[in-house]
Amino acid sequence: MSGPAASIHEEALVRPLSGFRPKLFFGSLVTGLLVAVLFYSWGYQIVNDIGVAGINRPVFWGFYIVNFVFWIGISHAGTLISAILRVTQAEWRRPVTRCAEAITTFALMIGGLFPLIHLGRPWIFWYMIPLPNERGIWPNFRSPLMWDVLAITTYLMGSILYLLLPMIPDFAIIRDKRLREYPKGLKTLFFRVAALGWRGTPQQWFSLEAGIKAMAVVIIPVAVSVHTIVSWDFAMAIQPMWHSTIFGPYFVVGAIYSGVAVLMVAMYLLRKGLGIHEYLSDKVFNNLGLMFLAFAMLWSYFTFAEHLTVWYGNEHAERAVFDGRITGEFSGFFWTMIIVNTVIPLLILPWPKGRKPLGTAIVGLGVLVGMWIERYLIVVGTLSTPRLEYTQGFYTPSWVEIGILVGSVGLFGFLYFAFLQLAPIVSLWEVREGEHLTHRAFAAEQALRAGREGASHG
Amino acid sequence: MTRWGMAIDTDRCTGCGACAVACHAENNIQTVGEVEAARGRAMHWMRIERYYEGVFPDVKVRFQPVLCQQCGHAPCEPVCPVYATYRTPEGLNAMVYARCIGTRYCANNCPYTTRYFNWFAPEFDAPLERQLNPSVSVRPAGVMEKCTFCVQRIQDAQEVAAQEEREVRDGEIKTACSQSCPAQAITFGDLDDPESLVALLARTERTTHLLEDLSTEPSVIYLRGGR
Repeated sequence: MSGPAASIHEEALVRPLSGFRPKLFFGSLVTGLLVAVLFYSWGYQIVNDIGVAGINRPVFWGFYIVNFVFWIGISHAGTLISAILRVTQAEWRRPVTRCAEAITTFALMIGGLFPLIHLGRPWIFWYMIPLPNERGIWPNFRSPLMWDVLAITTYLMGSILYLLLPMIPDFAIIRDKRLREYPKGLKTLFFRVAALGWRGTPQQWFSLEAGIKAMAVVIIPVAVSVHTIVSWDFAMAIQPMWHSTIFGPYFVVGAIYSGVAVLMVAMYLLRKGLGIHEYLSDKVFNNLGLMFLAFAMLWSYFTFAEHLTVWYGNEHAERAVFDGRITGEFSGFFWTMIIVNTVIPLLILPWPKGRKPLGTAIVGLGVLVGMWIERYLIVVGTLSTPRLEYTQGFYTPSWVEIGILVGSVGLFGFLYFAFLQLAPIVSLWEVREGEHLTHRAFAAEQALRAGREGASHG
Repeated sequence: MTRWGMAIDTDRCTGCGACAVACHAENNIQTVGEVEAARGRAMHWMRIERYYEGVFPDVKVRFQPVLCQQCGHAPCEPVCPVYATYRTPEGLNAMVYARCIGTRYCANNCPYTTRYFNWFAPEFDAPLERQLNPSVSVRPAGVMEKCTFCVQRIQDAQEVAAQEEREVRDGEIKTACSQSCPAQAITFGDLDDPESLVALLARTERTTHLLEDLSTEPSVIYLRGGR
């Protein structure tokens, strides 16, 4: 026995792990084709040089950096949200944490890919890694890009650890089940290895709980620092509307906002696709919806504050970028962003009826688009309006950049579909533990009541 | 100590563009062609910016040759993750092409937008490929480049001076742009040598810097305010 007794609806969670599942297969197939698009486009760019992308002078950064910030932002879904819920011991977190943590890990992997795609000479990216070499040249640790390298690798390691730790008892549950059913299967071997010899002894449980608790506390400051550092890629530069102290917290809020958004969409799809209403219940959507609402308001406030200071300060170069957003060539993007990120969420989410699965998923999709636009406005909006007016530029993405963006979404889906077939998407043992705790509290209450009644009679 | 600098007299500049052409020839800068230029990828280390002053019909055109300002506090330098751009002891803002991995962060952080990126491998329309300067390396695709203050000419002059056991004389080094300027608007020299012509010009009342409020401490001085 690897823990408390099995939960009643567990079958729906374990089912995707074995046999041929048409939905998962076709999902993997479609997203797999998009992955092919991604690597074809990237390969085309490597062979034919970076010029096949639409970037130019002065817009030296385009879709790739937008996507980089976007995916790193998405990665704040999991780890941060799940860690906050774990640390505060919110009981309703139990079915949510795993699917959120998986989002983090995969989004980070994809986010980390984009700085490489973006390089002019990606084959020597390792110049950024502090390797001892005969020339005695080290990376430049004053560069925000180096801070990125360090922060993102730290965050990725931490997230993988934080995702894997709570999976060990689940792997053991599946292993035991499969050893009875298909002892010789290849996948059984996978689960035997993945379970790391978990036997469920009190010592093992103690170590695991201690590890998870420690990681939950550690990962919160790491996540906050990561997106602050990503914002410093811009804030450290002296370009108009980049050089701003609000960028650190603004990016963290935006990242969590897009993270909750993707979590809402993913949870909706999981609930529909796997039929796990008992776990991803309306209550979970309602609670996360409230968090979503809070971040919608926070993000809107920060956006207002950022633009207010620029408008009030009225510095020439900054005003040019500002006007480009409000009334100029980027106004279409800007006002779309305001509608999907502020207006729609604030119209739908305050009402309990709006915080049902479908409502939150629709708002989530909108916010994902809006947050992508936000990063586009920051990167392209500023770069196309440099200080010397003579060098003003424009930017149109090429098919390579669009292919890589679409492909990256496909890669995310592909990894997620693979994950669904390798681990239960809702943590089995944590849900069991939750049910056990509720059951015990109920039993204790009954015993207490019975005792009280007994005393009054006697 | 030497600190190379340049004075550009915008009152003398006629906007003829000879400096830009000379720079292309001297420094093996690729000619990207019409299509790429239209996409915003033209590469001129020295470019002539055109600004209009006044309202029609009383309009005055001002020309401003802009090149890398060789800043004393260069915003491009600290942001490079691999030390591909750094400051030499002689005050030049140098590029190490072999080290550049093409993050393009330096170009983003240059307030003067004077850094140029090789989007494709260099191509030279015939017969330009026959006049490449052997003292200057041709940059591959994916690498950033910019004005070097004709560092190869500086080094040549320094070598000659060292062999003759003397200091480099003022006016001995001419960058390609200053050599070719028919209006003699461009003066190159050592700003730390109080006797040099460029230091003399730097002390006049007509001295300005581009985007002075950013305190980048440029080594390029613009002279204007005359007739």
